This record gives sequence, C-alpha cells and structure tokens, in this order.
Amino acid sequence: MAKVMLGESEKWFIIHGIQDDMRNDGRSCEDYRHIEVETGVVSNTHGSSRLRLGSSELLVGVKVELGSPDPKAPTEGLIHFHVDCSPNADPSFQGRGGEDLSANISCILTRIYCNKSSIDLNTLGIIPHKQCWVVHVDVLILECGGNLLDAVSVAVKAALHNTGVPNIQVTDGDEGTQEISLPDDPNDVKFINTINAPVLVTISKVGSRHVVDASAEEELCCNASLVMGVTKRGRTTGMRKMGGGSLDPESIPEMIGTGKNIGRQLHISLDKLLKTEQGMAEDIEKAGYL
Amino acid sequence: MSNITIRLPSTRRTQNQYETGNSYLVTPGDVITEDTDYMRGHGTYCTGDADDRLYSSVAGVVERINKLICVRALKSRYTGEVGDIVVGRVKEVQQKRWKIETNSRLDSILQLSSVNLPGGELRRRSATDELNMRSYLNEGDLISAEVQQVNVDGILSLHTRSLRYGKLSQGCLVIVSPSLIKRRKNHIHNLSCGASIILANNGYIWIYTTQHSSQTEEGDGGFIISNESIPIEDREIICRLRNCIKCLAKRSVVLYDTSILYAYEASTSYKVKQLLDDEVCDEIVNKTIYLLQQANVGNNEY
Repeated sequence: MAKVMLGESEKWFIIHGIQDDMRNDGRSCEDYRHIEVETGVVSNTHGSSRLRLGSSELLVGVKVELGSPDPKAPTEGLIHFHVDCSPNADPSFQGRGGEDLSANISCILTRIYCNKSSIDLNTLGIIPHKQCWVVHVDVLILECGGNLLDAVSVAVKAALHNTGVPNIQVTDGDEGTQEISLPDDPNDVKFINTINAPVLVTISKVGSRHVVDASAEEELCCNASLVMGVTKRGRTTGMRKMGGGSLDPESIPEMIGTGKNIGRQLHISLDKLLKTEQGMAEDIEKAGYL
Repeated sequence: MSNITIRLPSTRRTQNQYETGNSYLVTPGDVITEDTDYMRGHGTYCTGDADDRLYSSVAGVVERINKLICVRALKSRYTGEVGDIVVGRVKEVQQKRWKIETNSRLDSILQLSSVNLPGGELRRRSATDELNMRSYLNEGDLISAEVQQVNVDGILSLHTRSLRYGKLSQGCLVIVSPSLIKRRKNHIHNLSCGASIILANNGYIWIYTTQHSSQTEEGDGGFIISNESIPIEDREIICRLRNCIKCLAKRSVVLYDTSILYAYEASTSYKVKQLLDDEVCDEIVNKTIYLLQQANVGNNEY
C-alpha cells in the first residue's frame, strides 16, 4: 500500500496501545473510522458509489453490457471486477506500479462473489447459451489510508445496490431466433438485488491482539492479517490470510468470530444508509467532489 | 460493543458557514488583473511583453498591499530559517551524513559531525563512527533538530548539538501544514495536562510523555530509548491531544501551547474517540476560538 515509514519506537507505541485497547486516535480494537458513502455520483454509468473511510477515498462505477454466457453456466450472467490504483494515491502507482495491488484486490473480490448466493446471476441471464448481462465493476482508488479491502467491498456493495439493469424484452423473431429489445426509457431498470452481497473485513494481528480497520501506520505494525468476506447473515463467503507473519491456530477462531460480528454491523449500517438515500428526494444535491 | 457509523456526505455541514468576508481565490494560470500599474509579488508571473496580464502561479488567496500584488499559497512546503526547530524522519543513511525528510522541497541533511556522540565526547569522527551510524539513527527514525544553515538550493543543514534534540522515542506524530505553527520563543513545551509536545516549524508535531528525569531540565539527547509500555492514563492524554490538534488543524486554527491547551480543556467532557466526530470537533474548535478571542481582548486592554 502507500509508503508510510515508521520508526521502531513509534511501532512499539502503537503495539502497546493496541494491547491496552487504546489506539493512536482513541479507538478501541473493534471500532471503525467514520465512513461516508454516496451512490449515483457518476452519471454515465449504470451504478456508482463514492466512499471515504478515514483517509482512504474510492470511486466505484458499474456498467452492464450484453455478452455471451459461460458455456458451463448458460443461464447465468457474469460479473467482472477491475481495480485501478490512481497515481493520485501514491506516485509509485504511476504506469504499471499499482498492478500488484490491483490484481490482489480484484482477485479477492472475485473470490468472495463467486458463489451461488452472493449475487443471483440467474437474474442476469437473457437468452440461455446466447446472451446475458456482463456486469463490469470498476474501482478507482484515489487515496490510500489503510484498510483498502474493507473500503472497496463496502463501496462495491453500494454501487451494485445502485445499479439498474435495463429491462429487456425477448421476442420471437424470424426463423426461430429470439430478438432482444431494450427499453427506450432510461429509467426502466431493474435494480440488482444485493441482499446477500458480502463485505470484506480485515482483521489484523498486532502483538497478541487483533484490530479491525487498521490505519496505514497500524498496518506497518502488523505481520499477518485475515481477510474474510461476510454476508448480512454472518456467513463467510471466502477467507484469505495476508502478510508474511504467522497466525497462531488458537487465535484464528476468535478472529473469525470478530470478523463475523463486525461484518454484520457493517451490513446493518450500510443497508440503513442505502435505504435513507433511496428515500431522499431526487433533487437533493449530491456532494460529489466539490 | 462497537458502533459502526456510515453516513451521507450531504449531512455534513459545509465549510461555507464559517467563511467571513470575501476571499479572492485563484488557481495557477488564472488572470489576476489586466492592469499594468501593479508590481508583481510572490506567486505571480507575466508572460512576455505582448501580454500585460498578471497570472497566478500558485493556488491561493490574492493579497494586495498598495501597488503590490502577491498570491499567498494555501498549501506550501516548509522553507527553513536558521534556528528553526524541525522534526524529521531519517530517509537514507549515507557516508558521513543522514538524509532527513522534513516536508520541505528537498530533503534536509544531518552531518555526522553535527550530532553529539554518546557520552558527550568532543573528538574528530573516525571511520568507526562512520560505520556505526546505523546503530544511532536508522531509516525511519524520527529526530528533533535545529536548522543550522540554509543552502542556496534550499537544502537545510540540521544539527542536534544540544541535549534537547536527538532521536525521539515513544510518542505520536501529527502532521499539519507548516503555516499553522505559530513562531514562538519556545517550541518544546511540557503541557500542564501531563504530556509534552514539540511544535516543529515544519508542521510535524510530536506528542510524548513528559520525561521525569531528575538530572537535567533539558533532555538526554535521544540516547536513552525506552520501548516499555506507557501507562494508560498518559496514553489517553497523548491520544486526546492528538485528536484535538487534528480538529484545530482541520479548521486552520493557529497552533501554539495556549490554543492546544484550550482545546484540550474543551474536550475533557468527551471520550477520546468521540473527538473524531465532525460535530464534536466543530464544538471544541468553536470553544477554543472563543476562549482565544477572550484572551486577546484581555491582553489588548492593557
């Protein structure tokens, strides 16, 4: 992630602080920094969201296009994740510098969404074996302030929630073929159901305790972390261990339990916000970037 | 039970409520005036004879003093003066010097001959000293130092030739804009709330526990590094101060020991992590500004 350097004494200060449940900014080990989410910020996408977590800032845009389905799953649509690290976040991301990080994040996102229940891909199918919706989720990282994975997953869920897939009509054309007609009205859309969409929770091990939502400095003090995809009901859709250090097998169930709890709370807060935003009048100005 | 709050940015109060007066903001390339009567100050340029217009070269506020127009940049790097206190991070260990990052345009330099040797000996630095540089200051370490010299190209030469300066041990670093640090006689304070603070001129603020050393009032030159755990009460004071300073910096309040103490006192009714909320932050800063104005009124009466 972005280059922050810390001296040894500063690292000890952070590690002792986490041991005493008082992090540098006063949070306890299971507290998140403030999150700000806004959807529908990019007008020429089918769905978008903007998120700010502490000093991490991201923009997610979702576009859907027609494509052919995977032969192994002919009635299902496809979802592709792509992450772009902007040099705005760190000069080292210029050119191909951010590719490792991008590949890592998109790989994790694909992993947690690749199961039958996260997004019902059958709703994205149009004509079996021939046509389906391909959903492209593009994440743009504008600022890296620690805990990128959690931020990306919350923003992706919000953007998918905001994505409207055009209501398509399949009619029988000549010679047994089927024709697709797109609606004229741009508002004639069907929103993607994100009830079971997972959210990533990163639990970092620092010293002998684990913390959630590590800031950039805390990430430098942590050798190993567990990233899990958690749904609203607290079920895990994927897990990965990151970092070069080792995790004591006895502490892993505790970390998983924390992750599930935090994941559930994240979903509750996010769903409440998305509902509030939907209920707000159309003419409320979006804050955006100005 | 933790509380995860997610909210909409439009519920955040906008900055416009706090602006007083009209400020003429410009961005690089904006035309400031087409009048040729004005003299050009910092932050402006004009292109050639054919074009009489005055352009701005930085993003900032236009200031006009009689016939002089200059643009004061909103965000700028630290430009050093001799005698300033800086807090910097060691970036590189070179042959006879360390390269220190101090939020200026170019990295500053700390010569091996400008540091005190452990034990306070005065002798010529030998090859062994050169080989042992890393055992004193390694990459990533934080130091406090004084600016000895400003070179022609802007590179600062630092020195730690006093027991007040040297390597910093456990504490918390807060980075703010250099323009917010008020120039005072003293930049190292032992605050009455129970922690000590270094308000470096380059915008790096270091908060640490007060050293209760019985020997000198000054310090120990950074040779005694303790990585023991700090008691939780002291830690809470440091975290609270950090959050207060971040609040003040967000609202561009000038930072010096009095303003920080007022903010600390105003924040005692909240828990440390509540200071991260925007509403609590605004309340504390408003109280601080009010108290500072009262103090100023008191001073002006004499």
